[in-house]
Amino acid sequence: MNALAARRRHPAAIAVLLLLGLLVTGGAYSFLAPKDANAAAPTAAADDVAHGKDLFIANCATCHGVGAQGTKSGPSLVGVGAASVDFQVGTGRMPLAGPNVQAPQNKVKFDDAQISALAAYVASLGPGPAIPEEKYTTVIEPGTPENNKAIAEGGQIFRVNCAMCHNFAGAGGALTRGKYAPALEGTTPKHIYEAMVTGPQSMPVFNDMNLTPEAKQKVISYLKAQENETNVGGLTLGNLGPVSEGLFAWVFALGILIGCAVWLGKKAA
Amino acid sequence: MSTINETRPADALRAGDRQADERASATKPLGGIAGWMDDRLGGAKGVSFLAKKVFPDHWSFMLGEIAMYSMIVCLLTGAFLTFWFVPSASQVVYDGSYVPLQGVTMSDAYRSTLGISFDIRGGLLIRQIHHWAALIFVVSVFVHMARVFFTGAFRKPREINWVFGTILSLLACIEGFAGYSLPDDLLSGTGIRAMNGFIQSAPVIGSYLSYFIFGGAFPGEAIIPRLYSAHVLLIPAILVGLFTAHILLVFLHKHTQFPGPGRTNKNVVGYPLLPVYIAKAGGFFFIVFGVIALISAVVTINPIWAYGPYDPSPITAGSQPDWYMGFADGALRLLPGFLEFETFGFTWSMNIFPGSLILLPLMWTIIGVYPFVESWVTGDKREHHLLDRPRNAPTRTAIGIAGISMYVVLFLAAGNDLMAIKLHLSINDITQTLRVLFFVAPPVAFWITKRICLSLQRADRQKVLHGRETGTIWRHADGRFEEIHAPLTPDERWALVQHESHEPLELTAGKDANGVDSPIAGKERLRAKFSNFYFRDRVAPATPSELEAAHHEHEDHAAAPDGGHEAIEPAGAGQERETIKADKQHG
Repeated sequence: MNALAARRRHPAAIAVLLLLGLLVTGGAYSFLAPKDANAAAPTAAADDVAHGKDLFIANCATCHGVGAQGTKSGPSLVGVGAASVDFQVGTGRMPLAGPNVQAPQNKVKFDDAQISALAAYVASLGPGPAIPEEKYTTVIEPGTPENNKAIAEGGQIFRVNCAMCHNFAGAGGALTRGKYAPALEGTTPKHIYEAMVTGPQSMPVFNDMNLTPEAKQKVISYLKAQENETNVGGLTLGNLGPVSEGLFAWVFALGILIGCAVWLGKKAA
Repeated sequence: MSTINETRPADALRAGDRQADERASATKPLGGIAGWMDDRLGGAKGVSFLAKKVFPDHWSFMLGEIAMYSMIVCLLTGAFLTFWFVPSASQVVYDGSYVPLQGVTMSDAYRSTLGISFDIRGGLLIRQIHHWAALIFVVSVFVHMARVFFTGAFRKPREINWVFGTILSLLACIEGFAGYSLPDDLLSGTGIRAMNGFIQSAPVIGSYLSYFIFGGAFPGEAIIPRLYSAHVLLIPAILVGLFTAHILLVFLHKHTQFPGPGRTNKNVVGYPLLPVYIAKAGGFFFIVFGVIALISAVVTINPIWAYGPYDPSPITAGSQPDWYMGFADGALRLLPGFLEFETFGFTWSMNIFPGSLILLPLMWTIIGVYPFVESWVTGDKREHHLLDRPRNAPTRTAIGIAGISMYVVLFLAAGNDLMAIKLHLSINDITQTLRVLFFVAPPVAFWITKRICLSLQRADRQKVLHGRETGTIWRHADGRFEEIHAPLTPDERWALVQHESHEPLELTAGKDANGVDSPIAGKERLRAKFSNFYFRDRVAPATPSELEAAHHEHEDHAAAPDGGHEAIEPAGAGQERETIKADKQHG
């Protein structure tokens, strides 16, 4: 203990204490943080719609109403289609954790069978966009000239229709009053397609008249091709444009250079 | 024949002629290549003058060097980029190696920049070095400027150099803007679009001016070649010329130095250029170049391939200019839209005009004239080669911080969308808050800074009069506790007492015997008001007699510890006794 006491005025003492404090708090939090209730998942029922209805009444009806007709706190789901359910529930946006300006992406609460049951139930309420066919959600791989051309076209469509909110690299962007266009990286092709068809949150709908299924496939392929490109320039700084570059220049570049200047200034002649 | 030469024959007349030459060649200090060069160019005198030039040592004096070196890095890498860059807006189809753009129609400028990034060996690294060096150049220019401002290095005789520096910093920003507009990617095209809007916001003549600069309607094919000429020819020429004058003036005026023992307004304490500063400055060049190259090798800057080619219809979220133009972008984001109105058939874009065409010239004019304003207010016409510690010029420091706070508010506003996403806030709230802060932050920053400076000065004064607090507590036999204060060494003390403390100017030009105002009375009254604003709150440095008195005080107390003590100054009255022990120990 004496050795420790002798070092209590050591310059590093504050840093060590802070680190220790952070570790203890963080560790305690991870122990005490509320865990997700682990509801027993029922096995997939033969009748998807009936099972979906059960799930709906148990998990969604509070806001969307018992018949999915909508309440003050949630919109009607009649006619939103299976694609909408698959997107909202499949990306964890629904069930909503709490009222907010926008449903944030969250942990997915249902398994695939349950999601498709829910989707089947909502689709049975009225006609709406269906879950896309797999041929349109298959990513066009770069390699052949025609595939490369399709990807490049996807890029043009993306820049004209999507980049103003989702940013040139799909890194996301701000909308008014706390709403935002989320980052697209890591989103599955199916969910990107469904988002385009259903227009969740503040997003406009890109129906098949507007962007053909092939065009949507190209956009998805462009995003995936861009994601798979090696970052030739090095760290991307989040692909956020000049703001992060400026911040880096002020904090790191200037910091390092001033450090060097101080070191050189202290060097005896 | 004349008789003059009879007594002084020709030989005798020329007797001394060659001796001077011989003596000169015998004592010639230079041999070898240096001597050979000097015989032909005669530079030895100048070089030896330069070599003996003395520079003071301080890390903050190297901020300007960072700017100089990063500018040189820009010039070197820029020359490389011109080998490959095609400044043309003519449309071509891309067939280079970046797959997601193959087959896309784009300008030749963008195609060649993609070529530099993907198909020219080392091209991307050089491009990134060029861009990072440019960012660091402007960063270091601004930080250097702040150093000069806060230490008062702009005072006589250096006002002209301050003005040169002001123009240089403006040119650096314009040069940067012209540069990042060249690749014709989606972001830079958006920047040019914004510039087009700035120009059009000029009342009445805006649209004509825009057609004049763009050679027709936006975007046209003229702007990229024109920006290119400005970026590689016009602005660098002015920049380098003015920069040379800037450096020459530093040599002429000699470098300023921080106050310290033995340093006066008439000398420079430091080391000579040769060999010390040649080594240090030369080494620092490689450090700066190395750091920039390292950053460029590991961190992407301006990934133009991801932005895609410019096309007036698309736009990307997070469209911001490079940081040094950020404050202007921020001003545009803060200006409310309702300021635009129409009269006499003209649109008055007051929602844009003040944040663009007014803001830039205004800001740099204010910066440029500051030394003249301060010297008029203080009435100080003397030369200053010793720097001020920022705390010893509280009002100037506070003005500087207030100005910076205003700038920072605008600067932050340019990133309002990113702040909104990353901090999960509403962009509307951020914008409203920054609108308020633009007016509230400067006076608050002024007041806080001034108070901090005055407190630091008081602390310095306490330290001089009563010594340094050692942190050692003594317990007396009667149970009292006292902290031991250790006296300062004369060297330490010097730094705290050497500065002069201005007092507000008194009105000199009053009324004459007949009660008539002197012709300059109005001006003098104004000056007195300003002077009062500057120097009303002052903490005078401790004088030798005060120091003496403080010592006596301590001795008296030592003799009669219970005696009441007489206050030397109200704030420190209770603390005198604490130095008794220390004085005794050390004295």
